[in-house]
Amino acid sequence: MKLKDIISINDLNKKDVLFILDIAEKIEAKRIKPNLGGQVLATLFYEPSTRTRFSFETAMKRLGGEVISMADIKSTSAAKGESLRDTIKVIGKYADIIVIRHPLEGSARLAAESTDKPVINAGDGANQHPTQTLLDLYAIRNSQNTLDKLKVALCGDLKYGRTVHSLAYALSFFDCELFFISPQSLTMPKYILEDLKNKKIKFQELKIEDSNNIMGKLDILYATRIQKERFPDLAEYEKVKDAYVITPKLLKKAKRNLRILHPLPRVKEITTDVDSTPYAFYFEQVGFGIPIRQALLSILLDKIK
Amino acid sequence: MAKKITLKVSAIKQGTVIDHIPSGQAFKIVKILNLENGKEFIMIGMNFGSKKYGRKDIVKIENRELKSGEADAISLIAPIATLNIIRNFKVVKKTKVEVPKLIKRIIRCSNPNCITRHEDVQTKFHVISTKPLTIKCHYCERITPLEEITFL
Ligand SMILES: [Zn+2]
Repeated sequence: MKLKDIISINDLNKKDVLFILDIAEKIEAKRIKPNLGGQVLATLFYEPSTRTRFSFETAMKRLGGEVISMADIKSTSAAKGESLRDTIKVIGKYADIIVIRHPLEGSARLAAESTDKPVINAGDGANQHPTQTLLDLYAIRNSQNTLDKLKVALCGDLKYGRTVHSLAYALSFFDCELFFISPQSLTMPKYILEDLKNKKIKFQELKIEDSNNIMGKLDILYATRIQKERFPDLAEYEKVKDAYVITPKLLKKAKRNLRILHPLPRVKEITTDVDSTPYAFYFEQVGFGIPIRQALLSILLDKIK
Repeated sequence: MAKKITLKVSAIKQGTVIDHIPSGQAFKIVKILNLENGKEFIMIGMNFGSKKYGRKDIVKIENRELKSGEADAISLIAPIATLNIIRNFKVVKKTKVEVPKLIKRIIRCSNPNCITRHEDVQTKFHVISTKPLTIKCHYCERITPLEEITFL
C-alpha cells in the first residue's frame, strides 16, 4: 500500500478503503497496536474545529506519538502574510505528519504538494473531509456487519453537503442502493447523479413527504444538518432549515437493523427522544473517529507491518 | 477559393500555421500558447472564408515548429484546429489538435473559494469528459463545463 497522503475520498479505491477499515478494526479490537513513539504530528487548523482536532490528537497520543498544534492561526505566520506553501514547507521540517483544516478548497492538496511528509485533510472548505467519510463507512460496516448491497438513505442538505457527496461516492464501491431525501432546492448535484448512473448504481430521489414510503426498506438513514454558512441566500435557508426532522413516529415502520447516522453536531434534524431508540447510532459513530484516525496515522507513518 | 487560402497559408517560409480556428478566437490562441511573449514573428489572420465552416481565423508562427501535443490546449476553444508545419513554403506535416488529459496554467478556476484564486499556484485541470467538454480542478475538485471556463 503506497498511500502518501489522505486528501480526497476520490483518490481512494475500494481496496484502499477496505484496507483502512480493516486496520482500524484491528486497532479497535486491540489485535494490533502500532507504535508511534518518537513521531510528531502537527495539527494546523486555519478554522476552528475543536472536535476534529481533538480526535486526531487523541488518536496520535493513544499510539504513543507526540502532537504540536497551531492553536491560534490568526496570530501566527498566516496573519503575517506567509503563503500556505511556505508554512507547510517549514512545518514539514519539524513534524513527521501533518493534519490540516483550511477554509479554502484545494488547500490540503496544495499542502501535500508542498512537503514530502504525509498530509491528512481534515476539511478543505466545502470540498473534502475524507476521514469523516471513512469513519462513516466504518460505522455502517460495524452496525450492519457488511457494506455490500445495503439500502442507504441520505437526507438533508444534499446540494452543499460535502459529507453526503463523499459518502455517495464511497458507497458506490459496495453496490449499495441509495435514496436521496431533500427539499427541492437542495437536491444532489447533477454530476454526482451522472457518476452514479455511469457506475450503474441504483438510486432514487425523493421528496421529503414521500420518504415515509421507503422507511421500511432501509438499513441506514444518514441525516445531515442544513448548514447556514453554505447558503448564498439566507431567505433560502429560512425556508428549508426545519424541513426534515426524524422522530420516533417516523421510525414506526423501520426494520430492526436500521441505524441512524449523523456527522454531528445535530441541531433539530433528529429529536432527542430518538436517542434512546435502538436505531440511534450517531454517538457510537463519532467514537469511531479514533480508530479510523489511528489507522490512517499508522499507515501513513509506515508503522503497519 | 480553397486554393487561394492554401497560398496565403503557405506564405511563410518556415514555421507553423494554425488553421481552422473559429472566427474571432485568434488572439486568444496567441495568448494560450503564450506567443506574444516569444521571439517568433506572429501573423494573425481573421475572418478568412472557409468552404466547410464559414469564417475562420489563422495564426502563423514563423521559424518555430510546434510539436504535436504542444498546442493541444487550444482544442478547448478551437476543437477542429489543424497544425500545419511549413518548410520551404510547403506544408510538410498536418496534425489535428486533441483535447489533452491535463490542462496547466491557462484556465482560471471558476470557484472563488479555490486555493488557486488566493495563492500563487499554477492552475491544473483534469479533463473528465470530452463530450461535452468538462474539466475538474486539480485542487478544489470543482467540476466545470466548457461554457463556464475562463482563461487567465
Ligand atoms: Zn479550483
